[in-house]
Amino acid sequence: MGDKKFAIIATKGTLDWAYPPFILGSTAAALGYQVGIFFTFYGLNLLKKKLDLKVTSLGNPAMPMPMPVPVMAQILPGMQAMMTSMMKAKMKAKGVASIEELRELCIEAQVRMIACQMTVDLFEYSTSEFIDGIEYGGAATFLEFAGDADITMYM
Amino acid sequence: MSQYDSELDASGLNCPLPILKAKKALAALQSGQVLRVIATDPGSVKDFEAFAKQTGNELVEQQEEGGKFIFLIKKA
Repeated sequence: MGDKKFAIIATKGTLDWAYPPFILGSTAAALGYQVGIFFTFYGLNLLKKKLDLKVTSLGNPAMPMPMPVPVMAQILPGMQAMMTSMMKAKMKAKGVASIEELRELCIEAQVRMIACQMTVDLFEYSTSEFIDGIEYGGAATFLEFAGDADITMYM
Repeated sequence: MSQYDSELDASGLNCPLPILKAKKALAALQSGQVLRVIATDPGSVKDFEAFAKQTGNELVEQQEEGGKFIFLIKKA
């Protein structure tokens, strides 16, 4: 554990937005930072034992597509699943780590992961759905860690 | 060719995997030993400089060889 501290709030639960907290968290840990990630709202999905993260171009016009697809076609059943599998295939081909792999590296590097207890209750999740070794806490728990952090980011 | 004690082939891997795997490989070495890393990610050039600066492990040598980036890192 290093001297520098890095605090992250992860609020999003899509495949694309799962990357920033785990990439920065694992890398910071490798550089000697003490890292804590607070997972709240949709970010809680990143702590599920069985990850089922998806990506969509809906509401995300910047997402590169292999061919132009009209928005009205993007809402068709199966499109989200197709985009997700295409994105995963592309990532694999480019040597980008899977979220499972990055999360495992974070756990190995003793990145502290805190699940927001309020959102766990709100969405009626069971703690058995989440990976072991995480903590459950609230805003005060996060602020206790982030209060003297060198970097704090909201994602 | 410089001497090294251990080698990591991170070819084909993208950010941040070369750094994370190098960190792990260095953990298995003794202070003063040298790790040779092979990477194909062009971003790794700047990243290994930043890694060395922040961790205190010395970037002894870096070169490009036919599209591959070779780094020699001495464990602090």
